Amino acid sequence: MAVLKLFGAWPSPYVFRVIWALKLKGIPYEYIEEDLSNKSPLLLQYNPIHKKVPVLVHDGKLICESIVILRYIDEIWPQNPLLPADPHERAVALFWIKFADDKSPFISKLYRTDGEEQQVAAKECFEMLEVIEGHALVGEKKFFGGDEINMVDIAFCSVAHWLGVIEGFTGLKIFEPHKFPRLNSWIQNFKSVPVIKDNLPDTDKMSVVLKRRREMLLASKSS
Amino acid sequence: MAEEVVLLDFWPSPFGMRSRIALAEKGIKYEHKEEDLRNKSALLLQMNPVHKKIPVLIHNGKPVCESLIQVQYIDEVWHDKAPLLPSDPYQKATARFWADYVDKKIYEVGGRVWKTKGEKQATAKKELIETLKLLEKELGDKPYFGGESLGYVDVAFIPFYSWFYALEKCGNFSIEAECPKLIAWAKRCMQKESVAKSLPDQQKVYDFILEMKKHFGIE
Repeated sequence: MAVLKLFGAWPSPYVFRVIWALKLKGIPYEYIEEDLSNKSPLLLQYNPIHKKVPVLVHDGKLICESIVILRYIDEIWPQNPLLPADPHERAVALFWIKFADDKSPFISKLYRTDGEEQQVAAKECFEMLEVIEGHALVGEKKFFGGDEINMVDIAFCSVAHWLGVIEGFTGLKIFEPHKFPRLNSWIQNFKSVPVIKDNLPDTDKMSVVLKRRREMLLASKSS
Repeated sequence: MAEEVVLLDFWPSPFGMRSRIALAEKGIKYEHKEEDLRNKSALLLQMNPVHKKIPVLIHNGKPVCESLIQVQYIDEVWHDKAPLLPSDPYQKATARFWADYVDKKIYEVGGRVWKTKGEKQATAKKELIETLKLLEKELGDKPYFGGESLGYVDVAFIPFYSWFYALEKCGNFSIEAECPKLIAWAKRCMQKESVAKSLPDQQKVYDFILEMKKHFGIE
């Protein structure tokens, strides 16, 4: 019987955050795919507040919100730690994780909106990239925390992978390698980590799914 | 080595209040620097270049930004007194979830109560009460969200109590009538010196909100 269950919905970046954390620590788990347009009674029971994925169930205990889940995993299974041990370094890491959490929804908005709303989201995304380039990746670092991948890198996954796919089918051009050289290096480094490389959602499949979602959302807005 | 602790703050900020409470709970001596947000100090801009916001906790010259991160940092560094987060990982996760919920909901929804009128305000009031009722349910019969003593969620949430009077006046409603247990919890927290000396007078907050409304042209 699986001690650990993860409720997710493909291709949610928040769910992938948890998948990578579990794989980086070598923790076995059972994955249950949720259809978000038809949420299971179990999901609604497990996350009645937000009704969202991911939800982690560990020995019957429920944990919601991806970063809360990641911190929980990091505490129970301390191998391959995802946060620095030094309190101040950890506070800095948590600052960037919060920044990533606060700004990542604008990446989703790029495909969920059009017109002025989309332009606002694009501006927010661009400014986010500027902040990361100018403040978070200063110094010759492979990853946000130094030589090893940690929770900050995982938190910025939408920038590394989802943004490019969304730019592709919306025709937006926000990230340009020559404008964001440090970020560009980081993206290459992040996607080269074996656990990440082997567990990234397929870009063609993602395009199809997110494009369809976009069409449905925009159609329901105008009706 | 002498510990040097500075807090860059703004008196009505519920976020600043969180750090004030945490520092008081731990009995930490610190220098309190009041910021004029229309004329931010060079120190603030240097210590929080990304957001340029208060509060900023500066410990031996190193900045910690974001109030909940400050509370966690204070709890970790001064861990031998008045622990705010539980030691059990699952209870810790639950506390983080609810503090995150307070962060996502109260400030934004509360803001809409005093910034809007008519239909929009009615919606905001309804949402606020729903949010508060959910928190009241989570509190249950416990004296504090942290159990027998003040904890992380209490520190995250209690500052907003200093804004309740202002919200009630602006929205013409009573929070106590809808959430009596929550108000009882708030009054219990206010009996603690660390909380009482960290929260501003509710009338003062209301006067401040009225000034803000005038400034933003909100009737």
